[in-house]
Amino acid sequence: MKKIDLVIIGGGPAGLSAAKMAAESGLSSLIVERDYKVGGQLVKQTHMFFGSEKQYAKTRGIDIAKILVDDVLKYPKMIEIMTETTVVGLYKDKVVTLLQNEKYIKVQTNAIIIATGASEKVLAFENNDLPGIYGAGAVQTLMNVHGVLPGQDVVMVGSGNIGLIVSYQLIQAGVNVLCVLEAAKEIGGYKVHASKLKRLGVDIKTSHSIKKAVGKDYLEKIIIGKLDEQWNFIAGTEEELVVDSLCISVGLSPLSNLLSMIGTEMKYVSYLGGLVPLIDKNHETSIENVFVAGDVCGVEEASSAIVEGYLTGLVVAKKLGFIHPNYDELYLDFKAQLHNLRSGPFGEKLRLGLEEIMR
Amino acid sequence: MRIKEHPILTFEEKKKLSFFFDGKEVFGFEGDTIASALHAMGVKVLSHSIELKRPRGFYCAIGNCSSCSMIVDGKPNVRTCVTMLKDNMKVKTQVNKGDIYEKD
Ligand SMILES: Cc1cc2nc3c(=O)[nH]c(=O)nc-3n(C[C@H](O)[C@H](O)[C@H](O)COP(=O)(O)OP(=O)(O)OC[C@H]3O[C@@H](n4cnc5c(N)ncnc54)[C@H](O)[C@@H]3O)c2cc1C
Ligand code: FES
Repeated sequence: MKKIDLVIIGGGPAGLSAAKMAAESGLSSLIVERDYKVGGQLVKQTHMFFGSEKQYAKTRGIDIAKILVDDVLKYPKMIEIMTETTVVGLYKDKVVTLLQNEKYIKVQTNAIIIATGASEKVLAFENNDLPGIYGAGAVQTLMNVHGVLPGQDVVMVGSGNIGLIVSYQLIQAGVNVLCVLEAAKEIGGYKVHASKLKRLGVDIKTSHSIKKAVGKDYLEKIIIGKLDEQWNFIAGTEEELVVDSLCISVGLSPLSNLLSMIGTEMKYVSYLGGLVPLIDKNHETSIENVFVAGDVCGVEEASSAIVEGYLTGLVVAKKLGFIHPNYDELYLDFKAQLHNLRSGPFGEKLRLGLEEIMR
Repeated sequence: MRIKEHPILTFEEKKKLSFFFDGKEVFGFEGDTIASALHAMGVKVLSHSIELKRPRGFYCAIGNCSSCSMIVDGKPNVRTCVTMLKDNMKVKTQVNKGDIYEKD
């Protein structure tokens, strides 16, 4: 059996940052990534990020991915990366089963950092499975990574930041965005993103949602309607729109099933996106030496995923006896950065959610 | 359809790859996943639901939902959104759970 001190599951911003900080502390690791390249959700984000300099504000997501990957490549002897490899099994004695090209590989490790991220939620409506209906992030991948358009006429469901940003990027790529539908009375995302769209003449229809999709083999049109206070459709407000694509952007839920498999204590916290593990202040779960970082323990942003990755990498290394020369300073800095990222009115629900999972 | 002009991104000409889709020879480019190459040709139906045989296209593009499963080089249930296209690949639409196949 292959032996390695630390296995990091998921090569997104959280996993990459954890590996870097562990390596800086002297601890070797293996990053396991099921996609054909590392970078996680960042590889498709062409927009510039907010936040402070420390988390690469004003840099495009795709460029942040490059920086994080380059950082990791600086440690070729300490950080091993396996792509197109999925973690399919996790056991309490810290054995990890990998599936690579139809072969199962077992790895014995001392510590595990789970950084599997999150997946886009689906929305229930008639014919929601028709081809032509996609997650907004999926469309972002198709356009920005592969240079392929989803279609010509699209409607976006959900006006959170992802819905707004992807709508803008659809227009940049030359797609006609008919409107954005938002069930709530207010637009969910930041005002800057919404204003950018409105300036381009895109109607953001609040108190509206999709009622049904119509099409034989793939999407041909949709029926939308206005919602009352209880989010029920108001009779007589239906409208038919001819579209070939519909993007769903109604939030993400943590990909935490590996944690359930190993039996860590979990809790459903809607503010964090779904089922998440209970953690202590150092991101350790109820099972010793099993840590989490990034969206898997609460859907947030790339900036916080990066800092959480650094923090867990630093802490895990120390636990295994590899103490970073600037441990104390870095620890306080990462904690302060996370605190700042979550301050303010936009962070309120998140703060309440995080309180619920503290062990 | 492929993006030709973009304010931020550039998509350089890449090497053309030929592959077979349900027996017909078609083309994609290096760097494509199977799903992106098919999508660029306008193919949206990739799989079918097991019971009712409803058409399915891709949904998540991160290898999570299995809505893009196809038969690739004889092997069923391949998630085409995270599988890179290769020259001469044989890609087929899947309509059942997938049959046990001979490995070579
Ligand atoms: C469409 C979209 C737009 C966004 N826009 C912004 C933005 O503008 N600003 C911002 O700050 N944030 C944004 N985010 C959020 C940000 O991208 C995420 O918060 C961040 O990527 C989370 O990092 P992560 O490392 O936790 O997870 P991810 O980036 O999701 O990475 C997780 C990795 O784990 C891998 N993985 C999962 N399961 C397994 C397994 N079993 N075995 C092996 N590997 C596995 C996945 O393939 C993936 O590469 C956006 C997200 C989306 C979806
Ligand atoms: S589209 Fe979800 S697994 Fe491929």
